[in-house]
Amino acid sequence: MLPQSEYTLSQLMVAAASREINDKEVVFVGMRLPMLGFLLAKSTHATESIGIYELGVVRDRLSPEPVLTMGDLPNLTHAQWLANTADMMGLLQQGLVDVSFIGGAQVDRFGNLNTSYIGGYESVKIRLPGSGGACDLSCLAKRHIIIMSHEKRRFVERVDYITSPGYGEGFEWRTRTGLPRGGPSAVITTLGVFRFDPQSKEMILQSIHPGVTEEQVMANTGWNLKTASPLFQTPIPTEKELAMIKKFDPSGYWTGPGSATES
Amino acid sequence: MSVSKLTTLSEGIDRLVSDGSSVAIGMAQETLIPFFAGHEIIRRKKRNLTLIGPISDILFDQLIGGNCVEQICAGWVGNVITGSCYNFRRAVENKSLKMEDHSNLTLTMALFAGAMGVPFMPTRTALGSDLYQTNSGLKIMSCPFTGETLTAVSAIRPDTAIIHVQRSDPYGNAHIWGNLAIVKEACMASRNILITAEEIVDSEIISSDPNRVAVPGFKVSAVVHAPWGAYPSPVPGYYNRDHQAFIDYRNKSKTDTDFKKWQAIWVDSVPDSDAYMARIGIERMTALSITHHVVSASADFGY
Repeated sequence: MLPQSEYTLSQLMVAAASREINDKEVVFVGMRLPMLGFLLAKSTHATESIGIYELGVVRDRLSPEPVLTMGDLPNLTHAQWLANTADMMGLLQQGLVDVSFIGGAQVDRFGNLNTSYIGGYESVKIRLPGSGGACDLSCLAKRHIIIMSHEKRRFVERVDYITSPGYGEGFEWRTRTGLPRGGPSAVITTLGVFRFDPQSKEMILQSIHPGVTEEQVMANTGWNLKTASPLFQTPIPTEKELAMIKKFDPSGYWTGPGSATES
Repeated sequence: MSVSKLTTLSEGIDRLVSDGSSVAIGMAQETLIPFFAGHEIIRRKKRNLTLIGPISDILFDQLIGGNCVEQICAGWVGNVITGSCYNFRRAVENKSLKMEDHSNLTLTMALFAGAMGVPFMPTRTALGSDLYQTNSGLKIMSCPFTGETLTAVSAIRPDTAIIHVQRSDPYGNAHIWGNLAIVKEACMASRNILITAEEIVDSEIISSDPNRVAVPGFKVSAVVHAPWGAYPSPVPGYYNRDHQAFIDYRNKSKTDTDFKKWQAIWVDSVPDSDAYMARIGIERMTALSITHHVVSASADFGY
């Protein structure tokens, strides 16, 4: 097993994200760590997965060179389809997208996400960039995975503003609201991996990353978090996975020590 | 005989972007962002604009910093590879900017409704979200056929869409390729269209491949020759994205004073395309050039 000094937290999170993708699934790919998670899955255990990018790109093969944004030209070269956002969103709205990934700034016990207004919109303290496609992915994919930094101010009892709905207020809320399907299936944070109780739809701590304690997770969570029994340790990235991540992020922009995501 | 719509950027912006008007810009998301045209809006000191776009990358932030903007109608405003943008943050947090918060799908539907000439489009997104609280153009509706709960998205008809393309003829028939995001919906929905193009070409080149035309030329109001006009965003077939420029912008726009210094260098002292290319510099232009060409097989449009 690799010692902790051999990989970064971001690399561990990317590896965890990639394991959420099954082969042959249709994946709506987001920015940053989610994009790397898809590329890792596509180059390891899910070689026949398909990537959909909201700006109008469908890819069934890896881009010939690493990219930092989904609009970088290598991501367009030999795409399976270059088209419109409406086409990508049509696939999503019809229910053809198996899994999507979104980043969060603030999340609550039912997996609702805020990436718009910290403090609420009337008394906004911090304005964040907003939804982009995140609201659509959280509403319309068969399942979505949330990736974010784990801090007490971010893990709150109730988000200040719902940009991207999770399970709302709990059991059957999505059905009552009119959402056709879906909901978050996992939350991957800088401390652990979380799932949702099938009945209550509350977030449950599933695994903690190497070197993290359960107490540390509790201290950084703003509600009385439930823990799975047994509690696992998040698998660390394998050497092959690390080599792949370095291939897709050669400069370490997203996953290197002191990278955009690490800092 | 068609009349040439070729004009200068200043004339085009003066004519098509008046104070208080609504402008759709940055419709292809990360690619083909009309940065140079956006900078001309700042130079011409346009005021009280409504900006419409899915994600703007950093262009909306620059226009906000240039005091051009009263309202933003967008899915996402930030810097794609670094996160938040500072002029935008400051303006929302001190309540000097009005927001209509969209998702990328609701914005697409709003422009599609405008494009189709209907008052709204239904969608299944945004249900259960708070976008309804901060967007007057979203309402819950019940499907008249099935009774299902849906989101109704009110049509948007921008005064002007500004798009950057690879090549255009003088009459506004333009070829665009790559990912198209909501370019076509925005052009169809807008009252006026201003095209900036890497190259101005003969009409025969454009009509040899009509599938690649963005929108028929009769709907276009002005065409401007603007080589490197999307820099630092990428243009398929022409140049790659300059990531460092986006990182530099983040570092040089943290305060209003910093932004004004950035604006002086990259906007105020850049009067035309030649000056923009000189500012980018031959070294960067060479580094960003296309080195791996993938030319499509030709298609026969004959009879």
